Amino acid sequence: MSWRVGRWHRLRESEIGYSLRRSPLTVFAAMVTLAFAVAAIAAPLLAPHNPYDLASLSLVDALTPPRWDAKGKSEYLLGTDDQGRDVLSTIIYGARLSLAVGATSVLLAASLGVTLGLVSGYVGGRADAVMMRIADVQMSFPAILIALLIDGVLRGVLPLQTSDDLAIVVIILAIGLSTWPQYARTVRASTMVERAKDYVKAAQLIGRHSAAILAHHVLPNVMGPVLVIATIQLAVAIILEATLSFLGVGIPPTTPSLGTMLRIGNNFMFSGQWWIIAFPGVALAMLVLSVNLLGDWLRDVLNPKLR
Amino acid sequence: MTTQSILAVEGLRVEFLTRRGPLVAVDDVSLQVQAGEVLGVVGESGAGKSVMGAAIIGLLEPPGRITGGCVRLEGRRIDDLPNGEMRKIRGKSIGAVFQDPLTSLNPLYTVGRQLVETIRTHTDMTAGQARGRAVQLLGQVGIPEPMARFNAYPHEFSGGMRQRVVIAIALCVKPRLVIADEPTTALDVSIQAQITALLKRLCREQGSAVLLITHDMGVIAETADRVAVMYAGRVVEVGSVFEVAKNPRHPYTQGLMASIPRVGRKVQRLIQIPGAMPRIGNVPEGCAFHPRCPQVLERCRKDRPVVTRSGGIETTCWLYADSEPHG
Amino acid sequence: MIAFVLSRLLQSAVVMVAVAVIAFFLFRYVGDPVLAMTGQETSREDQERLRTQLGLNDPLVVQVFRFLGRGVSGDFGISYRQRRPVTEMLVERLPATLELSVVSALFALAVGIPMGVYSALRRDTWLSRVFQVVSLIGISLPPFLVGILLIFVFAVLLGWLPSSGRGEVVSLGWWTTGFLTLSGLQALLLPALTLGLYQMTLLMRLVRSEMLEVLRTDYVKFARARGLTDRTVHFGHALRNTLVPVITVTALQLGSVIAFAVITETVFQWPGMGYQFIQAVASVDVPVMAAYLVMVGFIFVTINLSADLLYYGVDPRLRLERTVIGGQADRGA
Repeated sequence: MSWRVGRWHRLRESEIGYSLRRSPLTVFAAMVTLAFAVAAIAAPLLAPHNPYDLASLSLVDALTPPRWDAKGKSEYLLGTDDQGRDVLSTIIYGARLSLAVGATSVLLAASLGVTLGLVSGYVGGRADAVMMRIADVQMSFPAILIALLIDGVLRGVLPLQTSDDLAIVVIILAIGLSTWPQYARTVRASTMVERAKDYVKAAQLIGRHSAAILAHHVLPNVMGPVLVIATIQLAVAIILEATLSFLGVGIPPTTPSLGTMLRIGNNFMFSGQWWIIAFPGVALAMLVLSVNLLGDWLRDVLNPKLR
Repeated sequence: MTTQSILAVEGLRVEFLTRRGPLVAVDDVSLQVQAGEVLGVVGESGAGKSVMGAAIIGLLEPPGRITGGCVRLEGRRIDDLPNGEMRKIRGKSIGAVFQDPLTSLNPLYTVGRQLVETIRTHTDMTAGQARGRAVQLLGQVGIPEPMARFNAYPHEFSGGMRQRVVIAIALCVKPRLVIADEPTTALDVSIQAQITALLKRLCREQGSAVLLITHDMGVIAETADRVAVMYAGRVVEVGSVFEVAKNPRHPYTQGLMASIPRVGRKVQRLIQIPGAMPRIGNVPEGCAFHPRCPQVLERCRKDRPVVTRSGGIETTCWLYADSEPHG
Repeated sequence: MIAFVLSRLLQSAVVMVAVAVIAFFLFRYVGDPVLAMTGQETSREDQERLRTQLGLNDPLVVQVFRFLGRGVSGDFGISYRQRRPVTEMLVERLPATLELSVVSALFALAVGIPMGVYSALRRDTWLSRVFQVVSLIGISLPPFLVGILLIFVFAVLLGWLPSSGRGEVVSLGWWTTGFLTLSGLQALLLPALTLGLYQMTLLMRLVRSEMLEVLRTDYVKFARARGLTDRTVHFGHALRNTLVPVITVTALQLGSVIAFAVITETVFQWPGMGYQFIQAVASVDVPVMAAYLVMVGFIFVTINLSADLLYYGVDPRLRLERTVIGGQADRGA
């Protein structure tokens, strides 16, 4: 019993715990993000309906207002959209989709960026110069443009009747490929620092393969900043996905994400069915705000300079 | 009846308020500097010398605060002045020279411009008059072709030349007190002597008092008239440089002097004082030096020593407490 | 100085060519140009004939150069969907995007910089905290969400401002401007605000953090030690030094404005190049996509180049021709 209390106490009193307690806003943000994450994972259990099951939708119930409205129906708490989807359930499933797409893109971008950064920093020379030039040029263009371009190209290249699963792959690729340079740059810098250190030289002397050296020795040491970047990039990825979906080139309306919902709702703003856009809008705003707050806080805590 | 000191620090106490409680950086420090005199303040990094300098000139960064004692400039109390009043004193009555001349000067402005703006802030000179004075000053500190160099940028000067410019700026309106915090540490050894000589000469000519803060005993020996030795935020010994160097009383000062290798004398190993100076917040009870002192007494562990004066040196040590206690 | 400018020009040229080549491959290999132009009914032989006519069977190198050559002279081919020259379409929409971008950038500068300076100098006032919160919201919310929100409040609920289109425009030669009519200005307000908000927050945060850094430097400490007035220290020294990196970043930001214009234009159905690009992506109208890519690339490269030159002009440390005074050449120190 006592050692458990001890550990909790140590966590609270540590730098991280102290910093977290100091800022109630961050605690709130953490709670919100946690709530979304839980809702996302447990979506089938929490949501009253399944909006992705096309067979379960009934057009008769389309465009129902929220429950508290005179014309509302009790089983649709926040109303329905033009296809009869329950807005609340769509928010939950949509958030899940947004988080899943965001996380996967971050993983893709991180894997690509970290690998390229490791190689670039370790090998140096011509290859390094070229890779970093490409990274620089790509970084000077906003991610949204690159993502749009990749999205457009992939759509053009794939057969005309792309299934919706492919649409999700397309968007993950688009976001992932447009955000890898951040990781590459940072990892490359750290790799170059590590490469000069003695333990690397020692490993080389023993005759270990470069790949093994990179994987076992260098990689663990450069991962710190990568985690910080990844958190911030998660918010970026979520926004990118939402934006692409809103613009019509992201996740299609058959399995809508929060962004797609906003696109759908946009058409109904002036005709009075405000709930289709309002609730998903608020949900997206809260999700993004909390992830951003957490990312900010994480960056401050891990950056010794700003103390 | 002694003439009034230019600078009189009495029982100064500076604390840093952190979430772990207040940490004492300067602990009951008293010293005086007379006109035309150079008082060296020597001690290791972390002994509190720079903090004291910052406190005197009123540039303590929060969470640092003066929590005790006072600072008098020509008799007038300056540590409790509002910021507006203090600003007028800075530059005009107190000049400052810091360690790194490259970062002391704004890289985007010419040196002439930075000189002139200081002159015009404290005097009523016109732009032309100020410019003339600036060129004159540049010449006085030994910058060749001062008229041409007036329009040069800081990065176009070498380190020694930059520090001369900084000195010119610090002395441009003839301050009564000059605080120099490690003025030569960032410079080449060959240049150091020239800079310290320049500083000393100019201040003597103007009759200013100089508070020279450094960790380098060599600089003190060359330049200072008197020296105050600081340890863990406290002054342990004050006296003329000659006396203190020849006949140090306090065991810490003795250790300091012994650890300086002398030219011509061969040694097997460099002498060190075993242990390390306590960090801020970790100062032991009683005398701060007692854990490392080779002549420690029982008393040293419990009571803070008082100041005793003998032969022109003030020593804060129990070993000398029985001779003539300080009033 | 000359060497610097030349090398930067060369770099820019290389990037431009690279972008153009990518655009070419996009153009040529994404989808089939012939199929897109003719549809399914045309016979195989006719398709082949068209292919040769269009020069699609020529050696690759020849095609690349032809593309580049046409690009330089402003010919980007025919849009698949609208059957009009792409260049004509782009030029038609250019004024709308430019006016929107410039107005929003000016707004961001005029509001963002003072906000940043204020929150750096007066860190603990409530207004400063308000700015912090606003900046957090501005940087977190996706631009399209902000746009929707503004439309909802000002167009749907209050009905004060239009929610789409450009209002009445006046033609001046080949340029069309919305500045000269009331409806044009009204229509400009919400989109400019949306586009400008993100930039403004970025700018504010940048100015604030740069200024805080600068306020901690030795030369600011020395300036205070010299007794310079707070005004001189804060504005003459701190702000001046803060603005140097801020200028370059702002210039670079201008490029991003073009990108975010894509989103804002779509939300407000603003008839600019960005909206056109989205429509092209959705309908896989490759010539338009390729042309947009080349043009955006050109704008970015130009902006980056100008920013570099600007930085060079502002920071004297970069002009390293003068010899160091007091070095080896001079006697003593």
